[in-house]
Amino acid sequence: MSDTTPELSPVLSAVLEGLGDKVLGWHSQFGDDTVLVDGAARRDVATWLKDGDLAFDMLMDTTVVDYIEEEPRFEVVDHFFSTKHHHRIRVKSRVPEDKPNSPSLTPLYGSANWMEREAFDMYGVVFDDHPDMRRILLYPEFQGYPLRKDYDKLHEQPLFPARYSGVRETDEVMNPRVGVELPIHGTEVPR
Amino acid sequence: MSVNRQDRTSTPVKTLAKPKTAYNFGGELVELPGDIRMHRIYPEGEDADLSSRTVVNIGPSHPAMHGTIRMVVELDGETIVGVDVIPGYLHRGFEKECEAHTYHQAIPYTDRLNYCSPLINNFAWAGAVEKMFGVEVPERTKLIRTYLSEVSRITDHLTSMGAGLMELGALTAFLYLIEVRDWMWEHICHVSGARLTQSYGRVGGLARDVPNDWLDRMNEIFETSLIPKLRDVHNLVDHNRIFIDRMRGVGVVSQEDLISYGVTGPCLRAAGVGLDCRTYAPYDAYDQVTFDVPIGKYGDNYDRYFVRMREMEESMKICRQLDPLLRKSVGEPINVDDARLTLPPKKEVYSNIEALMNHFKLIMEGPRPPKGEVYHAVEGANGELGFYLVSDGTGLPYKARCRPPSFVNMGAIHLMLLGSQIADIVPIFGQINMIGGECDR
Amino acid sequence: MAVDPSKIVQLGDGRNGNLVPEDPTHNTLLTRAGLEDTVWATRLDAVMGWARKFSLFQYPFVTACCGMEFMAVSASHYDTDRFGAALPRFSPRQADMLMIVGTIVHKQAPVLKAVYEQMADPKWVVAVGACAVSGGFYQNYTSVPGADKIIPVDVYIPGCPPRPETILDALVKLQEKIQHSRHNVL
Repeated sequence: MSDTTPELSPVLSAVLEGLGDKVLGWHSQFGDDTVLVDGAARRDVATWLKDGDLAFDMLMDTTVVDYIEEEPRFEVVDHFFSTKHHHRIRVKSRVPEDKPNSPSLTPLYGSANWMEREAFDMYGVVFDDHPDMRRILLYPEFQGYPLRKDYDKLHEQPLFPARYSGVRETDEVMNPRVGVELPIHGTEVPR
Repeated sequence: MSVNRQDRTSTPVKTLAKPKTAYNFGGELVELPGDIRMHRIYPEGEDADLSSRTVVNIGPSHPAMHGTIRMVVELDGETIVGVDVIPGYLHRGFEKECEAHTYHQAIPYTDRLNYCSPLINNFAWAGAVEKMFGVEVPERTKLIRTYLSEVSRITDHLTSMGAGLMELGALTAFLYLIEVRDWMWEHICHVSGARLTQSYGRVGGLARDVPNDWLDRMNEIFETSLIPKLRDVHNLVDHNRIFIDRMRGVGVVSQEDLISYGVTGPCLRAAGVGLDCRTYAPYDAYDQVTFDVPIGKYGDNYDRYFVRMREMEESMKICRQLDPLLRKSVGEPINVDDARLTLPPKKEVYSNIEALMNHFKLIMEGPRPPKGEVYHAVEGANGELGFYLVSDGTGLPYKARCRPPSFVNMGAIHLMLLGSQIADIVPIFGQINMIGGECDR
Repeated sequence: MAVDPSKIVQLGDGRNGNLVPEDPTHNTLLTRAGLEDTVWATRLDAVMGWARKFSLFQYPFVTACCGMEFMAVSASHYDTDRFGAALPRFSPRQADMLMIVGTIVHKQAPVLKAVYEQMADPKWVVAVGACAVSGGFYQNYTSVPGADKIIPVDVYIPGCPPRPETILDALVKLQEKIQHSRHNVL
């Protein structure tokens, strides 16, 4: 699976020919054909891929990658697959942080429904014309978008305060208070 | 006593308008309190008497043994006319955890995705990372990976069929299939160390080798346990009037809808589309074996059940074909000889400094693939399991995404539920085989 | 820091699942008769313990991978029916042993609490698997670090997933706990 061959696979050459100037970049690293398109052109590109000869009739996966140090920040990544020709392509499109909107693929593919909901849930990228844009894996009271790079992994948002379970946490074990009366279990305010 | 397999049931069932195309199912999205948006349909030829409808919550803690999911259904009598499927009750943050662990350390997390067939997940992850490095594992590793993937597929189907049949009331079938599954788990434990979450695959190969007498015992399990018990279960349920009534014609979706919703695996094959990663894009040693891909005719529950049962027999066929190849290649290396990803042998780690440094860097920093992104897809037990990895050159993945077949299959379950009866929820849900760990990750 | 004497709460003995016990002045017949610590009460407690421990109705709150081992432990190789704990009751009102099998996440926590509160006394809670015991190796924004952050737990079963023999061992330990606790029936 070398990534240095300069010749294009038939799929990639057909896509580059057909899309023309909509393609902002492409590569064929590790055997996967990838094209980079403009954030607003996502649905047009998907329509062309689906209705054309390449017959990409299955949207395998939609996800978002957070490039926090780059602008635009979010990259929406779609994987398409053709059940007729058994070929794949990856379409990436960038979306800025201040206006993280991307056109939804729900009119074209049914699988886009749940996958875009998950992308919204995890990253906060809003998909326009999605019929049901709400959280799917997390609860509605959750604030923030956990898979963003600036969300702390350990920042929990419990729905109700935890029941104090008895054993002191690490700091008591590592630095026990000596000579001070410890509070009696059951009387502290829960964390 | 003659069994007429053609007639479906003696009492007429009122069928509603079935959803036709991907998004045009003639219904609407209704907002309910509690952040619920329900797809609601209106039966043709009737005015929508909404006052006679009831909303029932089939809560996240329910007896179906497959996974924890919540469904809010609206019922008109016994018919489902509105549904909202709410997953996420087992969202454990797989992607966030993988971003904080190295490529080696993420392997136990991948075990717990589809916990009924953990080896498939391990090998898919390892395959994705190896693709990024551009290495190919040795021949024997490919054979072992294929063999164990098929064994894992068998255990997954045993679990799903056992639980699915138990939910219909066939407790004997559950006990038979779980008994076989236990023999197989014990045997997998002999080679990998754990019954359920094996963590046996490694980036670059495997954890340890498979001895020949392990294969002997596996053949024995196939001959003495799996084949007789599968035959017994077939004898019990295949021509059973109650089973046919409950499963035939239930949960039918058209092929176009299934493809549009990205459904893969046995659910799609039961509808007649012969899509299998192992045939059109063979990975590991699948190009060295010949096997059939069972395809159903109607796409209903019965076909999904039958496709899974036949797939178990096909997996056994693959294992039998790999058996002589494995025995011939005893003693060959099982880990690719590449210092970037394989741990050096312990003898060298303790005796020379280069191996020690290599070991140290691999453990502390992890294998560092070149920058880039890769998507590697294998045929999981429920469909296409894919891993999309983005690497920034360090030992921790920048992004590790699992494309979960169960999640995508569940996106299409409302098509099957709308118009069915409430008693069909459990069999449909069972035959889709949503594994909670994979759906919610 | 000084301790306010009015706030001192006597720790419970941990039997019946509560570290902070309910009102200690049980208004039972034997208490009113003053026979609370006599042979009548202890023999009655032994009989009730024997009866309760061998007729456990479990509510399997199955979420994740440990559910597969739970299935295995209820099946024919390692049978819980031998211990009297075979029949799962899928309604919390009818169950007395809540088995938390698998990871609890924050979305699921109110559900777990609601299920526990719906169960009638006496009830016991078993946390099966590392995720239910302490969160396992999931330390992130969504995983509850242990089911005992939500409800009190009687028996903790380590393992990821625990072998079926471990679950059976825990069942036997729970049965010992039930046998030797005060039942305060009469």
